[in-house]
Amino acid sequence: MSSEVLLEVENLTVEFPTDDGTIEAVRGVSYELKRGEALGIVGESGSGKSVTSMAVLGLLPKSARVSGSVRFMGKELLGRSDAELSDYRGKHIAMVFQDPLASLNPVYTVGHQIAEAVLVHNDVGKHEANKRALELLEIVGIPHARQRLTAYPHELSGGMKQRVVIAIAMANNPDVIIADEPTTALDVTVQAQVLEALETARKATGAALVLITHDLGVIAGHAERLCVMYAGRLVETGTVDDIFYTPRMPYTMGLLGSLPRIDTKTRLVPISGAPPSLLNMPSGCPFSPRCPLVTARCDAEEPTLYHVAAGHGAACHYHERLIDAKPEEIFR
Amino acid sequence: MTEQLQITPEKAVSSKEFTVQERSQFQIVLRRFMRHRLAMGSLFVFILIVLFAYAGAALWKYSYTDITPDNSMPPSWEHPFGTDNLGRDGLAKVMRGLQQSLKIALSVAVIGIVMGTAWGAIAGYFGRHVDNLLMRFADMVIILPGIAVAASLASISQGAWWSIALIIGGLASANVSRLIRGLVLSLREQDFIEAARALGASDSRIILRHLVPNALGPTIVSATILIAVGILAETALSFLGFGVQPPDSSLGLLIQQAQSAVNTRPWLFYFPGFFIILIALTINFIGDGLRDAFDPKQTRVRR
Amino acid sequence: MTTVLKVQDLVKHFPVRSRGVVRRKVGEVHAVCGVSLELEERKTLGLVGESGCGKTTLSRLLLNLIPATAGSVVYGERDVLKLSRKQMRPLRRDLQIVFQDPFASLDPRMTVAELIAEPLRIHGFYANGGREKVRKLMKQVGLNPEHANRFAHEFSGGQRQRIGIARALALEPKVLLLDEPVSALDVSIRAGVINLLADLQQEFGLSYLFVSHDLSVVQHVADRVAVMYLGRIVEIAPTEALFTRAAHPYTQALISAIPVPDPRKERTRRRIILAGDVPSPVNPPSGCRFRTRCFKFATLSEPEQAKCVSEIPALIDRGHGHPAACHYAEAAAMI
Repeated sequence: MSSEVLLEVENLTVEFPTDDGTIEAVRGVSYELKRGEALGIVGESGSGKSVTSMAVLGLLPKSARVSGSVRFMGKELLGRSDAELSDYRGKHIAMVFQDPLASLNPVYTVGHQIAEAVLVHNDVGKHEANKRALELLEIVGIPHARQRLTAYPHELSGGMKQRVVIAIAMANNPDVIIADEPTTALDVTVQAQVLEALETARKATGAALVLITHDLGVIAGHAERLCVMYAGRLVETGTVDDIFYTPRMPYTMGLLGSLPRIDTKTRLVPISGAPPSLLNMPSGCPFSPRCPLVTARCDAEEPTLYHVAAGHGAACHYHERLIDAKPEEIFR
Repeated sequence: MTEQLQITPEKAVSSKEFTVQERSQFQIVLRRFMRHRLAMGSLFVFILIVLFAYAGAALWKYSYTDITPDNSMPPSWEHPFGTDNLGRDGLAKVMRGLQQSLKIALSVAVIGIVMGTAWGAIAGYFGRHVDNLLMRFADMVIILPGIAVAASLASISQGAWWSIALIIGGLASANVSRLIRGLVLSLREQDFIEAARALGASDSRIILRHLVPNALGPTIVSATILIAVGILAETALSFLGFGVQPPDSSLGLLIQQAQSAVNTRPWLFYFPGFFIILIALTINFIGDGLRDAFDPKQTRVRR
Repeated sequence: MTTVLKVQDLVKHFPVRSRGVVRRKVGEVHAVCGVSLELEERKTLGLVGESGCGKTTLSRLLLNLIPATAGSVVYGERDVLKLSRKQMRPLRRDLQIVFQDPFASLDPRMTVAELIAEPLRIHGFYANGGREKVRKLMKQVGLNPEHANRFAHEFSGGQRQRIGIARALALEPKVLLLDEPVSALDVSIRAGVINLLADLQQEFGLSYLFVSHDLSVVQHVADRVAVMYLGRIVEIAPTEALFTRAAHPYTQALISAIPVPDPRKERTRRRIILAGDVPSPVNPPSGCRFRTRCFKFATLSEPEQAKCVSEIPALIDRGHGHPAACHYAEAAAMI
C-alpha cells in the first residue's frame, strides 16, 4: 500500500454566528488520509465530526466561517467556488450521507441516476453507462438488480437506498469515499448489509474511506486509524488497536467503559454530565467538567494533542496516568 | 425510599451545565419578533392609530355629532380633514369611525379565535364522526357567500356594533377551525399527548393543558390576520348599508356616505380610505413578523 | 417467581383503508400476531426486534392505549383490555411507561416541575405534599431540584430522559414499560440512564418490560429476552442462554450483526448477512415469516422447505432449554 497522502486537513476551524453568540463547531482539526486507508472519525452529536467533513467538501451554509486548510493531492480546496469544487466532488471525493434521500432524486429511476453519475465524469456512451449501472448495483449486493434499475427511490427500503447511494459513489472510481453516519438510521441486520456494501465498494475502487459515526462498534470493524472528536476538537488519534486497547484520553476511556456490549456483562461505567454547549465554551480542556482527573491546570490550559506513542496522540495533560488503567478505576 | 439515596454519580450540577442563558419560550419569540423591522414598524404605526382614534377623539374640539357652520369645507387648519355638507367635522368623524371599526375588528378576532379554536380542537382531537360532522359544517360555512349572509343577518339586528362583530367573527371562525384542526391532528400524534393519556389524563385536560397551549403560536398569528379581515368585512358591510348605521360612524360607513361626493368633496373619501389601507397593511406585516417569530424551523443563525 | 403481567395470544391488526370518500378496508397490517409473554416481579424482560416488528404496538397494547384485536393482558386478576378508560384509570398508577424520544414525549410548554407533577395532579395527590414529592423525585433520578422551573428544551437528552423517568415513577408504579429508553441518547449518556434504571428497579421493586432494537443494551439490563420478528415472538430465553445458545436463525443473525467495540474480535467474527428486507406486515409470508430471509432455509431439502412454507413453527422448546419458533432450530454461540 502506498503511503501517498491524499487528503490533508490542517488547523480547520468552523464557526457559526447565532443570536446567542458564536458556535465554535470545529476548532483546529488536523488529519491526513493516505491512499487506500480507512480512517474513522468518532464522536457524539455536536462533537463537530460531520461539520468537519462538510467543510472538506465545501457543503457548509454561507453563514459558516471556515479557516485553515484542506488540501486534496496538494491542491487547496478551501475558498474555491462551488463550480470548481463540483469537479472534485463525485469524481475524486464521493460521499454517502446518513439520509440517502439527500443524495437521490425522487423523480428519476435508480438506474438513470447511477448512469448519470457515470456519464458526468466519463466519456462513455449511454449504453455503456447503463451496463455499468447494473454492474454497480450487483456489486453493492442488491437482489434482482436488473429489475431494481427501473425502480424509483421511494420504492426501495432504507437499506437498499443507501446501497444505491454507495453504487453512485463508486461510479467514478473515486479516490476518497466520505461516509457520514451511513448506517445510523438503519436496523442492525440492514446495517450489516450496508457496511458490507461499503467494504466491497472500497475493495473494488481502492478508495480511501473516511467513516464518520458515533458507533465505536462499527469503527472497530471497519477502520484502521481513528480520530476521536469531542467539543469540536480531536482529542485522541491513533490506530484502532491503540485507541481501543490503550486509550490515553479520559474521554475515550470513559466512552469505552460506558458502552453496553454483547460480549461482556459488567456494570457500565458512566461519564457524568453531558457534552458542553458549543456556545460560550469553558476555558481550558472541554472535557474538564466531566473528567475525574481534573486539576486547576485543566481549567486554565487546553491540552494539545500530546504525542504519546508512535502514531498515537492524546489531548490530556495527564495521559500518563491512564497507562494500564481501567475505566472503572478512573471513573469511580 | 430514603432521602440520602445516591442513585447515579451525576455530578453536582455545576453552573457550566447551562452555558446558554435561561430563556423562556416567550422571550425567544419576543426577541425574534423585535428583529423583524417591518413588523416592529407596523406595530408602532398600529399603536399610533389606536392612540389617534381614542386619545385624539377625547382631545379634539369637535365631536362627531357636532354640526359646525362650515359645510363642505376642504381640509384646513380649522378642519384638518374637511367637513361634509352638513358641516360635521371630518377629523372627528374619522376618529369615531376608527374607534368603531377597531372595536369591531378586535371583537371579530377574539370571537373568531375562541369559537374557531374550540371548534377545531374538538374536531381534531376526537376525530372520526365528530370530526366529519364539524368539518363538513365548516366547509358549508366557508362556501357560503359570506357578505350576503352577513348582510342578511346584520339587517335583522339593525347594525349594533357587537352584532356585526358576532356575525363576522362567527363566519371567520370556520376558517380558524380548519387551521386549528390541522394543528391538533399533528399534535395529537406527538408522544407527549400519548404520555398524558398513559398517565390517565382526561380528554378535557389533554385539550386544555396540552393541545391548546401548543397551538398558541399559529393561533395568535391567525388572530392578527382576523383583525384585518374584520376591518375589511365591516367596511364592506357598512358600505352596503347593512353594517353600522348613522348617526354612528365607522370607516366603511364614512366611505359609503362619501361615495356620492367623490368628485366634489374627495377629502371625505380619501381619509377613511387611507386608514383602512394602513390598518390592513400594518396588521398583515405584524402577522408576518409573528409567524416568523413562532416558527421553530426558523434558523437561529444571523444572516 | 410471581408473575405480575400475563399476556396471552395478543393480536393487533390495523386496517388498511383505500383512499377516497368510502374508505373501504383493503387489507390489514398484521402488527402483533398471537404474542404470549409473562412479566415476572422485580425482573426485566427484554423485548428485541427491528423496526416494524410490532414491539412498539405491543407496548401500547399492554397499556390499553390502543384497542387490541384479540387476546388478553392480565394484571392482578383483571384483564386490562376489557376495561373502559375510566376503569383503567386506577390501574394507570401501577402500569407506567417511559418513551423513546425525550424531546417529543415532554410537553414543550411545561416546566420540569409541572411535567413531573402532572401524574400527581391527574390522580389528585398533588395537594398533599406534591411539591416536596416532585423535589424528591428529581433528586432520585439525578436531577438538580433547583432546575424545577426550567423548560425541558433547556436540558440535554439524558437529563430529559431522567425527567420522563421521574414522571413515570411519580405514581409509584409496579410495572414500567421502557420503550427504547436510551436509543435516542448519546453514547456517553446512555450508561448513566441504564444504571439509573437498574438502581431504581432495586430500590422500588419494579418489574420492567424493556423494549429495544439494540441487543447489546438489552443484554445488560434484561433477565430474559424475547426476540420478535414481524409480529411474532421467535425466541425467548434467559439472557445468558440467548447469547450462548441462540437457536432461531433470526436471533443468530441479529446477534452476529451487532458490532463489538473490540477491533481484534471484530476482525475475526463470523457475520451472517441476511438477504433482502423485512417483508411487509400487510402481506406476511405464509408458514414461517422469517423464511424469505433465512440463510438456513436455502440449505434445506425440498420437503423440509415445504414445511417452512406451509406450517407456522410453534414457539416450543426443541431441546435447547428454551423455546424457539423454528422447525429446524440449532443452538449456536454467536459472539
